Amino acid sequence: MTDLAWIDAALVSARPQAVAALLRYFRDLDLAEEAYQDACLRALKNWPKNGPPRDAAAWLIMVGRNAAIDVTRRRAKQTELPDEDQISDLSDVETEVAQRLDEADYRDDVLRLLFICCHPDIPPTQQVALALRIVSGLTLPQIAKAFLVGESAMEQRITRAKAKVAGAGVPFEAPNAVDRAERLASVAAMVYLVFNEGYSAADPASDRASLCDEAIRLARLLLRMYPSEPEIMGLLALMLLQHSRIAARFDADSNAILLEHQDRKKWKRPLIQEGLALIDKAIRQRTPGPYQIQAAIAGLHARAETPDETDWAEIDGLYQALERHTPSPVITLNRSVAVAKLHGPHKPRSISSHRLKIALAATSISTARAALS
Amino acid sequence: MLYAVLCYNDGATVFSWTKEEDDAVMGRLSVVHEKWEKAGKLKPSLRLLPTSAATTLRKKDNEVLDGPYAETKEQLLGFYIIEVDNLEEGLVFTRELAVANPGGAYELRPIMLYNPGSPVEAR
Repeated sequence: MTDLAWIDAALVSARPQAVAALLRYFRDLDLAEEAYQDACLRALKNWPKNGPPRDAAAWLIMVGRNAAIDVTRRRAKQTELPDEDQISDLSDVETEVAQRLDEADYRDDVLRLLFICCHPDIPPTQQVALALRIVSGLTLPQIAKAFLVGESAMEQRITRAKAKVAGAGVPFEAPNAVDRAERLASVAAMVYLVFNEGYSAADPASDRASLCDEAIRLARLLLRMYPSEPEIMGLLALMLLQHSRIAARFDADSNAILLEHQDRKKWKRPLIQEGLALIDKAIRQRTPGPYQIQAAIAGLHARAETPDETDWAEIDGLYQALERHTPSPVITLNRSVAVAKLHGPHKPRSISSHRLKIALAATSISTARAALS
Repeated sequence: MLYAVLCYNDGATVFSWTKEEDDAVMGRLSVVHEKWEKAGKLKPSLRLLPTSAATTLRKKDNEVLDGPYAETKEQLLGFYIIEVDNLEEGLVFTRELAVANPGGAYELRPIMLYNPGSPVEAR
């Protein structure tokens, strides 16, 4: 890899921690972003010359902070710029900062940053756009393209979301266990929204489809910080298993191909393996939740080498569990498919015809198809 | 002489690579692999899934932890490749090992790619 490609990859992977820590320091989204960008520019100049720092996030946090403070001072006094090397030379303090900012700090910082993006006052489409801008660092044109809207419309959407956040008051104290669990649940929902935006794209090479990769990256980040959360394992597993089918889900004319007609040789095995491994881990905790159950259903499809080998009885059981957790017409409809596969199309025995009617009335065929593809 | 070559890198960065970047690296590696495999010197090689997919059995308290083995006091002294139905069966295997050889830990890490390479005689 060239210098630039290496630096780019390091900046992308350090971004959530760095922006999150700078936000805690400045308590202002715009200032934190500016400081981070300033630090990135300095990294591009400094790293090829001095080599990569031991901890890229810690370096960016320190340099971002120093640079922002320096700007403030300069504005106040119109004094001369200090020597560039003075700001970016962190050989002594870097290790110390890296030690002080241990995983627990990063954890709360990053969770706060993500949580801010899914503030309940912000509509879901704005939540997703804000998270992609702030946490993932996608550019405005990239996000606009992914959402198939104009850049000015997207800019407005993000500006509005930022204004809501600024007006809402952001909690900066370390969250207690209950708050943390609640935040984690809303963040998981937001990450899954990002994924679903990408999942609806018919062209696997489009900007829109790349949102799936971004959602998976965010879920990996969450799981690194919360390695024992079964629902985060479930969320990542679910997305990996769904994403494994990307090359098989649409025909050449962008029409959706039903699961049972997909060419299973096109499913990506490494993603399936990782998804199944995560489900195995999650199950051991014996606290099922909606993501784990959906992942387990996707896992049963992934394990079947041909549609005939699908374990519909197990899938029916999992849909029943899912109905108990989160009752929804789409789930009832999906379950009716499993029951039909199991007992023949005319005997949806264990589902009352009344509920099935409601489900059918509430769900368009395209939703049902999407759920099955 | 048989050597195990252990591969270290920053997982967060590697698993952030785009498909193109990943393919490019794997393509360059496969050139090296082919050369050494032709000479009969490359034995099994594998790529592991990320540490988030790992589970660790701490032998002292028979305690199962989510995630990789993180202690730095102990060193990597060996490894097994096993083919089992699921994580639970893998844990059964490591518990049996733990009875025979107490102390330290076993990390179970799913394998993403497995290339058997040229055969090697037991020694």
